[in-house]
Amino acid sequence: MMKYLKKTTALFLMLLLSAASIAQDKDVSVADTMRSNGRIYVVVAVVLTILTGLILYLVRLDRKITKLEKESN
Amino acid sequence: MYKSWWKIAAVVLLIYTVIAGFLGPVPKLQLLGETIRNLYFHVCMWFAMMILFTISVVNAIKYLRGFQFKYDIYSRHYAIMAIVLGILGYSTGAIWAAFTWADPNSSILDNFKTIARDPKLIGAAIALLVYFAYLILRDSIQDIDKKARISAVYNIFAYAILFPSIWILPRILPSLHPGNEDNPALDVKNDISGNMRIVFYPAVIGWTLLAVWITTLKIRLTLLKEKKMMP
Repeated sequence: MMKYLKKTTALFLMLLLSAASIAQDKDVSVADTMRSNGRIYVVVAVVLTILTGLILYLVRLDRKITKLEKESN
Repeated sequence: MYKSWWKIAAVVLLIYTVIAGFLGPVPKLQLLGETIRNLYFHVCMWFAMMILFTISVVNAIKYLRGFQFKYDIYSRHYAIMAIVLGILGYSTGAIWAAFTWADPNSSILDNFKTIARDPKLIGAAIALLVYFAYLILRDSIQDIDKKARISAVYNIFAYAILFPSIWILPRILPSLHPGNEDNPALDVKNDISGNMRIVFYPAVIGWTLLAVWITTLKIRLTLLKEKKMMP
């Protein structure tokens, strides 16, 4: 049983390593776009994340105030 | 969602600004390079500031016409948000200037001396200081009616000071800042291309709407507080 487990682990490791080497030869398409153009898309993604966070915060605040207004009426 | 289409518009326009602002085509200008993209952020702060100061003075006049207390609250919060935008515009401008106007061969102090003397910067500083005084004046008067009345009148004077200090004076004097001889920084032939306008105008609207959204939240909170104090 133990021998079998070791064999499968080894097989998995080898598969992973080979997958890694394949990935190095041919980049995944998503990574391709993100790395093109001096990686400006990464900046866009970062700024969009910050903007989304701020807007979600504002929406939550808006909802809370709306609730307070309903309670006071 | 109650009457929230303009909030959605603000979000959509801002997302568009960020995507098109970073990825869209820009003219290759000497010295400026990619920093021309700051037009979508730095210049928008000043545009939004001007629009919010206008809303503030309109509410001040409305208050003086009927002495309804809510207009005083509107006027105050729009002025505060406009000041925040002005400070943001000032500091982003300082960063931008540090990498375009400053001469890397001379010392930091010398660069500061040249840039700090720029009439456009001094004009903007005067305008902001006048509005700082507005807040100090407001908070130093105890009587609520007196406070509202005096600050509404002061608001009109402060708005009148904006025009010579940020629109007229910097255009008479020589300045490093673009937009001296002609319309400020919106000259299609020299300053920005038509491609930039389709990002710039939505950006102005988007940032303004975001600022108005934040202001309305503060106004609603203040009105709630007033309601609790005087049921």
